[in-house]
Amino acid sequence: MSDTPSLTTGDRETPSAESPLETPTPVTDSDERRRLHDVWVAGTEEPDWVKDATDEGAQELLSEADETSLATQRGTLVDDDYLVEDDVDEEERQIINMGPQHPSTHGVLRLQLELEGETIRRVKPIIGYLHTGMEKTAETLTYMQGSTNVTRMDYLSPFFNELCFSLAVEDLLGIDIPPRAQAIRILMTELNRVSSHLLWVATQGMDIGALSMMIYGWRERELFLEFFESATGLRMNHNYIRPGGVAADLHDGWEDEVEAILEAMPGALAEYEELLNENPIFLDRTMGVGVITPDEALAYGVTGPALRAAGVDWDLRKAMPYSGIENYEFDVPLGKHGDVHDRYLVRFGEVRQSLGIVRQVLETMPEGDFRTEDRKVTPPPRKRIDESMEALIHHFKLFTEGFKVPPGSVYQAVESPRGELGMYLVSDGSASPWRLHVRGPSFANVQALPVMMTDSLVADIVSTLASVDPVLGDVDR
Amino acid sequence: MVSEAAPPGFLTTNLDKAVNWVRTQSMWPVSFGLACCAIEMMATGAAHNDLARFGMEVFRASPRQADLMIVAGRLSQKMAPVLRQVYDQMAEPKWVISMGACASSGGMFNNYALVQGVDQVVPVDVYVPGCPPGPQSLMHGILTLQDQIMAGEIKR
Ligand code: SF4
Repeated sequence: MSDTPSLTTGDRETPSAESPLETPTPVTDSDERRRLHDVWVAGTEEPDWVKDATDEGAQELLSEADETSLATQRGTLVDDDYLVEDDVDEEERQIINMGPQHPSTHGVLRLQLELEGETIRRVKPIIGYLHTGMEKTAETLTYMQGSTNVTRMDYLSPFFNELCFSLAVEDLLGIDIPPRAQAIRILMTELNRVSSHLLWVATQGMDIGALSMMIYGWRERELFLEFFESATGLRMNHNYIRPGGVAADLHDGWEDEVEAILEAMPGALAEYEELLNENPIFLDRTMGVGVITPDEALAYGVTGPALRAAGVDWDLRKAMPYSGIENYEFDVPLGKHGDVHDRYLVRFGEVRQSLGIVRQVLETMPEGDFRTEDRKVTPPPRKRIDESMEALIHHFKLFTEGFKVPPGSVYQAVESPRGELGMYLVSDGSASPWRLHVRGPSFANVQALPVMMTDSLVADIVSTLASVDPVLGDVDR
Repeated sequence: MVSEAAPPGFLTTNLDKAVNWVRTQSMWPVSFGLACCAIEMMATGAAHNDLARFGMEVFRASPRQADLMIVAGRLSQKMAPVLRQVYDQMAEPKWVISMGACASSGGMFNNYALVQGVDQVVPVDVYVPGCPPGPQSLMHGILTLQDQIMAGEIKR
């Protein structure tokens, strides 16, 4: 704001001292917050802050002073000790936008970059281009329909979304799940972890120029999708894991199909590693790129392979086991450097471990029910409906009204391929959730992108971004 | 198309057919992936299903070099202006395929956040049903569009 009155503001009242933009001191946090809650009634005179903002928020990076103080408070101030300390003239800096429609931003993420030549000085991820209002939609669907909704959040790992939602509902209901249903859930989720990591290696390869990697990754992923399709009826968005168990028992011959996958994978992994492990371009573009230290990762709430690549031993399957995962043996691969290459190694390690879990499930799959016998959530068997009027009514009511869940709230988290996927569910005793809040792992990981990207080169953005494996459906929901 | 009067090795046809044939056989889609459907769109282009068979494996990053837009996924209110801008940047003639329930009608998300069908923002030629449509469905949609183009006039 300049002191010279301009044509447009000349006939208006001089802005009062409280007007935040006129305040000479830097805008403090609470002022900023108050400003966000100011309302402006359409038709009245526009306050200045309305004119500065667009419907996508203020189109600026934070002021540098704000950002530094924020980073200092979090203890995550990154000292660039390898760059010359010269103060560069403001004129030398340029701001460019990458996305939301960009071939390598992994969905509709937009990055605002402040460049100084080839070096990135600041990054601001802008999200919301895929906001689907799923948390709100969850409130209008019954618990029975809930899986259909949540499965579409993180669309590369639909089983994990369903599992997390179902576990939360079951916790509130206080019902037990038969061992076979639990084993099926583990089988599906661990296969899903592999297929998700395969897609990751395909896109990571594609983004840094290893185009053949893309073809290979999709080739093997198709094996998994075919198995999912024969078991659940859909290639993606399965709606298979539901409160109370799973939707259907595994089909005949599933053992052979899983066996075929387990046989094909080691060879495929060896093929990928042959392509990547000693490929100088791949190594150059991943080693020492997009580094995040363990402290920074923890401060920003990074989870999943990105956290473990920094060397932090945190895997919810070990820390807060769910669905009987504690009965299987597996290790948690850890990295040392927290760079893109370590994320690659950690993911490949996880693929091997998951295949090991799948092998164990295959060998120890218990017999029994695939869903709970609790008539409160499970409809009566088809035969009973023919015989008894009560069973028919029960069936009808279950599918029209859904089942009621006792009031209460619960937080349930699972280790999705991207990190801690958590759902906070509040029930008011009716048949649909009062509130569902989702802690998407990609959301927290995207927030840490500025730490990883600051002071690196433009060309590394794509590599770093891909290595975090954000799924925008999970970020925006 | 083959005429008796023409010397051997020659084909005669009319301009409409020739131009339309050329258009259908090298349609380049602009990559406009939005959500889950985009993953299936990529799967369609990848090894197993091989979209190259229809001359459209080159997903273009720049709308200027593309003549088909496959809107794959749910379109949020915030993304709608971006979609329209990308569409406007494409050179004529151009076509739009709306892939999936969300793109065609808002799908299961009838709420404040989603545009209830991309046909509110851009003109759609072919709707592909499914959630997500499998690669076969998408290919069927593409072939339907090719038929439409073959049957149509070259000026549009
Ligand atoms: S139609 Fe289904 S698969 Fe496609 S974007 Fe919508 S929810 Fe996802």
